[in-house]
Amino acid sequence: MDFATLLQVLDSTVRLATPLLLACLAGLYSERAGIFDIGLEGKMLAAAFFSAAIAAITGDVWMGLGAGILASLALSVLHGLASITFRGNQLISGVAINFLAAGLTVLIAQDWFSQGGRTPSLIGKGRFEPITLPGAEAAADIPLIGPIYAELISGHSILVYVAFAMVPLTWWLLYRTRFGLRLRAVGEAPEAVDTAGVSVVGLRYVAVGICGVLCGIAGAYLATALQAGFVKDMTAGRGFIALAALIFAKWRPWYALSACLLFGLLQAVALRYQNIDLGAFVVPVQFMDALPYILTVVILAGFVGKAIPPRAGGEPYVKER
Amino acid sequence: MDKMPGWADAVLVPLISLLLAAILSALVIIGIGEDPVAAFKLMVDGALMRSSGWGYTLYYATNFIFTGLAVAVAFHARLFNIGGEGQAMIGGLGVALACLYIPWPNWYVALAGATVSAAIFGALWALIPAYLQAKRGSHIVITTIMFNFIAAALLNYVLVNLLRPQGAMDPATARFPEATQLPTFQDMFSTAETAMFRGAPANVTFFLAIAMCFVVWLLIWRTKLGYEIRAFGHSESAAKYAGISPVKITIVAMLISGGLAGMMALNTTMGEAERLVMNATEGAGFIGIAVALMGRSHPLGVLLAALLFGFLYQGGAELALWTNIPRELIVVIQALVILFTGALDNMVRMPLEKLFLASRRKA
Repeated sequence: MDFATLLQVLDSTVRLATPLLLACLAGLYSERAGIFDIGLEGKMLAAAFFSAAIAAITGDVWMGLGAGILASLALSVLHGLASITFRGNQLISGVAINFLAAGLTVLIAQDWFSQGGRTPSLIGKGRFEPITLPGAEAAADIPLIGPIYAELISGHSILVYVAFAMVPLTWWLLYRTRFGLRLRAVGEAPEAVDTAGVSVVGLRYVAVGICGVLCGIAGAYLATALQAGFVKDMTAGRGFIALAALIFAKWRPWYALSACLLFGLLQAVALRYQNIDLGAFVVPVQFMDALPYILTVVILAGFVGKAIPPRAGGEPYVKER
Repeated sequence: MDKMPGWADAVLVPLISLLLAAILSALVIIGIGEDPVAAFKLMVDGALMRSSGWGYTLYYATNFIFTGLAVAVAFHARLFNIGGEGQAMIGGLGVALACLYIPWPNWYVALAGATVSAAIFGALWALIPAYLQAKRGSHIVITTIMFNFIAAALLNYVLVNLLRPQGAMDPATARFPEATQLPTFQDMFSTAETAMFRGAPANVTFFLAIAMCFVVWLLIWRTKLGYEIRAFGHSESAAKYAGISPVKITIVAMLISGGLAGMMALNTTMGEAERLVMNATEGAGFIGIAVALMGRSHPLGVLLAALLFGFLYQGGAELALWTNIPRELIVVIQALVILFTGALDNMVRMPLEKLFLASRRKA
C-alpha cells in the first residue's frame, strides 16, 4: 500500500468515524447520568430523515440540521418520559424508539416525496460542503506533512470538526465543571445527589437532552454531508456500533475517540477492500463487518480489562419519602 | 390491600395500552391522508375474510409464537433476550444443514430432526451471552444485540461462500429435498371440491407452535425448573438463599429461550421457502419482544398477541398492495405497542390503580 492509498483510507476513516463519534458521545452523556440508551440508532435515523427532508424542501442545510436536531430531541423527550418520569424499562423504551423511527421515517418520506421511502437528492446549499482549511493548497506540495494536512485534516465538512471538538469539550464538561460532577454522580449514586438538594430528574432530563442534540447532529451528518439525501434504514446499525464503542471506551470521552476511529477504520477498510488476501488465508468482508461487535463482546467478557457501566445505570430513581 | 384485582392487571392494562396504540396508529394514518376506518376494513378483509388470508395470518403468527415464547421465558428469569433475531438466523442454519445433509425418509421424521437441530443451533447462539451474563456479569441486552449482528455476518459468510450452489447468484442454499417438504394447510384441509388456504404459506409448524405454548406453560408453572426460573426472576437474592444457582438458571433459561427462537426458522425455512435465504427471519425476532410484552409473558397471552400481530402483518401487506400506505405502518404500530405495553406501562397502570383504590374506599 502506498502513501496516497493510506491517506485515502485514513481520510475515509475520519468521515466514517464522525457519526459514530457523535452518537457515542451522545450515549456517553445519557449513560453517565444513569439512563441506558439503546435508541441511539432510532434517533440518528429520525434526524437523518428530517434533516434531509427539510434541507430538500427549503434548500438550506442549516434548516435541515435544525430539523434533524429537533426530531432527535423529540424522541429523547419520549425516552425521558418513559424512563425518568414513568420509571419504565429504559431498554424496552429504546427498542420502541428504534422501531418508531424506522417505521415513521419511511411512512412520512413516502407521504411527502413519493419516492419509495427516500428523499430527493440534495444539491448545492442543501448539503454540507467540504471546508478547505487556510493554507491547505499552498501546503500540499510540502512532502509528507503537506498531503496529510491537505488531504486528511483539511477538506471535511464543518460537522466533522464539530464532532472532534466535542471530545475535549465533553472531557472538560464532565471532569472540570460542577455540572459534570453532578452528572457523573447521578449515574453512580442518585440518592447522594438528591441528598445534596440537586434534582435527579432535572439532571437526567438535561443529559438525555444533550444526547438528543448530539444524535441529531450525527443523523444530519449522515444524510446531508456523508451522503446526499435520506434512504430507508440508512443508519445501518451505526447506533449500535456507537454503543459498542461506548462500552469499548468504558464510558470515557478520549477513549471514545480512539474506539470510534478504530471502528471507523474497520468500516473504511471493509468498504475499500472487500475480502483481504493475506497470502496464507483470506479475511472475508463479513468478518470485518462483525469485528466491532466481536471486539465489544471480548471487552464485555472482561478478558481484556473489565468494562463496568455506571452503577445506577438502567435503574429508575424513586425518591424516599 | 393496595393492589388492583388480578383481572385488571392481566387484561385491562394491556387492553388500554393496545387501545392507546391503536388510536395513535389511526392518527398516523390520518396524518398521511388516508382513512383509518377504510384501512382497517381492508386489513380485516385481506387477513380474515378469506381462507388464504387466514393462511398468511397464521403463517406470520407461527413465527411470532416461537419468538414471543422465547422472549417470555427469558422475561420470567428477568432476562431481556433481545437476540431472538440472531438466534432464529442461526436456527435457520441448523434447519438447512439438517435438511440438506441428512437423507430423511419422510417429512415427519425430517421435521422432528430439523426441530432438534434448529433448537440446538438457536440455543448454542444464546449460550455465550448467557455464560457472559452469568459468570462475567456482562449485560445480556448488549451482548445479545452484538450477537445479532455477528449472526447476520456469519450467515452472510456461510451462504455466500459455503452453502451457495455452484453458479447461483443469490446468497441462498440449494432447495431442500422433496422428502423434507412440510404439508401446508392447503394440502391438509382442502377437499376434492373446495380448495382451502390456496397458495398460503401456513403449514404444519403452526401446530408445533401451539404445542410449544402448552409445553412452555407446563415448564413455567408445573415443573421445579419453572418454579426456580420464576423465583429467580422475582428476586435473585431470595432465590440464592433458597439454594437456587443463579448461574444455572440464567444459562438454562437463555438456552430454552434461544432454542425456541431457533425453532422459528422451521416455519420460514422448512415450511415456506424450502431453502435458507439471507433474510429468512424478517424481523420476527424483534416482534417477539412486542408479543411477549403484550401477552404478559403468559403462553396464552403470547398466542393471542401473536395472532394479533399475524393479522397486522397480513393486513399491512394488503394495505401496501391496495393503498398508498407502505408496509412500514406495521413497524410503527409494533413500536407503539412496545412503547405502551412495555416502557410506558406505569402511565396506564398508575391512574388505573388510583381509580380502583378510590372505588374500594367508597364501598
